Amino acid sequence: MNPILRIEHLTKVYPNGVQALTDVSFDVPRGQFVAVIGLSGSGKSTLLRCINRLVEPTSGKVIFDGVDVTACNDAALRRVRRRIGMIFQHFNLVNRSPVVTNVLAGRLGYVNPVWSLINRFSPADMAKANAQLERVGLADKAGNRADALSGGQQQRVGIARALMQDPALILADEPVASLDPVLAHSIMKHLDQINRDDGVTVLCSLHFLDLVHAYADRVVALNDGKLMFDGLPSEIDDAKFKEIYGKEAERVG
Amino acid sequence: MKRSLTIALLIVAAFVIFAYGFSVTQVNLEELGQESRQQALTRILRALAHPDFIAFDQEQVEVNAPVYVPCPAAGEPAYTPDTSGPYMTVTPSCGDPRAEVVVEGVGFAPDTNGVLYFIPDSGVQLQIGRFETDGGGYFQTTVRLRDRESDQAQQLRATTRRNIGNAHLSQNGIDTINKIIETVFMALLATTLGTFLAIPVSFLAARNLMATVTSPVASVALTLILVPLGVWLGGAVTGWLGQTALTLLGDWLPALVGLVVAPVVATILARWAVPPVEKSPPGALVRLLRSIALLAVALLAILAFYLFAALLIAAGERIAPLLGSFAFLGDFIANVGGIIVLVLPIAGALIGGGVFLSIAGRLGNTLADRLSPRTLKAINIVLCAVAGMVLALLIGAAVEWLYQLRQPRLTVVWPAIIGAVLGIIVAVRSRADEPLPLGLAVYGVTRTVLNALRSVEALIMVIVFAVWVGIGPFAGVLALGLHTVAALAKLYSEQVESIANGPLEAVIATGANRLQMIVYAVIPQIVAPYISFTMYRWDINVRMSTIIGFAGGGGIGFLLQQNINLLNYRAASAQIIAIAIVVSLMDYFSSYMRQRVV
Repeated sequence: MNPILRIEHLTKVYPNGVQALTDVSFDVPRGQFVAVIGLSGSGKSTLLRCINRLVEPTSGKVIFDGVDVTACNDAALRRVRRRIGMIFQHFNLVNRSPVVTNVLAGRLGYVNPVWSLINRFSPADMAKANAQLERVGLADKAGNRADALSGGQQQRVGIARALMQDPALILADEPVASLDPVLAHSIMKHLDQINRDDGVTVLCSLHFLDLVHAYADRVVALNDGKLMFDGLPSEIDDAKFKEIYGKEAERVG
Repeated sequence: MKRSLTIALLIVAAFVIFAYGFSVTQVNLEELGQESRQQALTRILRALAHPDFIAFDQEQVEVNAPVYVPCPAAGEPAYTPDTSGPYMTVTPSCGDPRAEVVVEGVGFAPDTNGVLYFIPDSGVQLQIGRFETDGGGYFQTTVRLRDRESDQAQQLRATTRRNIGNAHLSQNGIDTINKIIETVFMALLATTLGTFLAIPVSFLAARNLMATVTSPVASVALTLILVPLGVWLGGAVTGWLGQTALTLLGDWLPALVGLVVAPVVATILARWAVPPVEKSPPGALVRLLRSIALLAVALLAILAFYLFAALLIAAGERIAPLLGSFAFLGDFIANVGGIIVLVLPIAGALIGGGVFLSIAGRLGNTLADRLSPRTLKAINIVLCAVAGMVLALLIGAAVEWLYQLRQPRLTVVWPAIIGAVLGIIVAVRSRADEPLPLGLAVYGVTRTVLNALRSVEALIMVIVFAVWVGIGPFAGVLALGLHTVAALAKLYSEQVESIANGPLEAVIATGANRLQMIVYAVIPQIVAPYISFTMYRWDINVRMSTIIGFAGGGGIGFLLQQNINLLNYRAASAQIIAIAIVVSLMDYFSSYMRQRVV
């Protein structure tokens, strides 16, 4: 079976001259839980955003499920994006909208734009939204405003929104970086469960190595935009650690 | 050392600047001190302190006493006044012309003013003096008789005015209240009009939304070629449809039937053409049929609107005479119908332009996707040449219309050639695979137009509108409305630029298109500030509409200016007070409402 995601020689140079990614290549087989690690500014966010072209790559290819994402026109790109869920460090919910509307936004790539513009979703989509909220344990919060929820609850709404897309791949950009350690584990458990039960491939950037050890099948490490390491979490020994995080870094946790 | 030199230079510069400022603004402190100036100031301040708001009905009381000029030969005639009411005695009761006599009055109203007249045989009233009664209703004054001689008794007449009944609004007070109401509603209509137009414009003037809009060269060129065609076609078809609808269904009964049938058919068609969920992209034939169905829906909708408008006009005109003092409701219904008829061709033109815009965009994208770079380049050159020509010809037509040059070489031939050449240069220089930053271009144009509009005060705009639609509140509404569009669009667009970007990113990542992103991620973030800015603008518009009458825009300013020109400061004072009350109330109301919303 072909890999769900193949990244070939991906390079990104921002207009201000910052070289965020340099010739990054790797494959992700279906169903894997891949952690992306590296210092802040090492290009983790840029890598994830190049995959669904929220950031336009400078050169190289991203092939998702056999489709060359980098060569897609607008309509084809939207069809690719609707199968890639995305979870953000700052949740990126629309604060003033109700929770259920935020979750339903995950269906926007599927529904006819005309109907969604007047805020009409099919009964099937409504039922699906309630089911996803139930799954993340927020069924009773459907009518609340998104900013009335706590950080951990908001991230669970973010997960429910991604699940609405029936995703084949979930990109999680530091999903637990703004949460305390207890909540971090609860969010990671949700992702782990989605990965195991639904067979959704997860590409998740993380800061803490203990989370990497607990949840990831595989680790991809970036340093200054270059791929430094690609292997099992248990393979990260002290030498590798220094290579990834620099000579000055100390191991915590 | 260097520092103190700089400071010294700054002080000298400030001295020169202020000295010149005094000279230019003609500061004249001597004028302030002059007695005549101070009297003038006293006069106007006293007038302003007595606003002409309330009045009493008045009754004139006249008391006569006989007087002889000159004294009859028989000597001073005796006169016994009737002492049951107010009466007056003259001592002496006769005299030579211009002789002084003492007039005493008893039993008059206390503490009032009155006028003394001399009434000769002819009956004409000649004023000879004024008097003021004391607390007991008594007065004494010395007047000089006029040189009208007669052997008959002539009269001296004392007249006083007396308030009867309760205080009521003076005519000026009534006018002031009517006009201040007119003013508030002018501001309301202008704000409504401005808000409706400013909302869509504000999205075009928001950099964060427009920066990501790019379009292939072919799309841009096709847009320039097709959109004018679409605008013309849309306007023409709508106009024709309106003509047909009104001639076919002039009467209200067929109009009513059509009004029911057209929307029903349109809804059925629309439901078929726009299915809620699409599993896979439909085939070409289905897409074509759907496009035709949507076109039919648009035509039916326009037809229905025309019928609705015709019905409103007929109904409004019919019920207006039956409503008595509420006739304005009927007139309003008829007016709404009239506005719909007026706006429909514009809406049709915009829809036509929009349809052709989307066709041009898709066609351009398809060309850019499918063709080899070399073919694409060749096609781009042709398209850009034509597009440049169209744009240049449109500009040429505008110049011809404004300046009436009547020289086709200048307004047709040369622009066409220059436009084509510029288009070819753009096509050759641009890389075929690199889209043009169309969004930023639209953003730049919108911002420039808004800034230009905003720099012209509504008070100046109204001059043009007063010539166009005549002096009156309607001209004021249009001028304020136009200025509101420019001002609000800028405030709104800055609000759009300051929204959180994260939710936009998240919604785009789900595969939503640009319009869906605006509805789901942008609008929820801007509703509250938009309402707040609209209230703020209404507040400003109330203030502006109080003076827009100075330039022919109707409202209370018109009345105020008239009274100032007539030196009727007491009346003007009433209007100034009314303005102060309404503006400060509006101020409180709008800040209260804004606090509630945000």
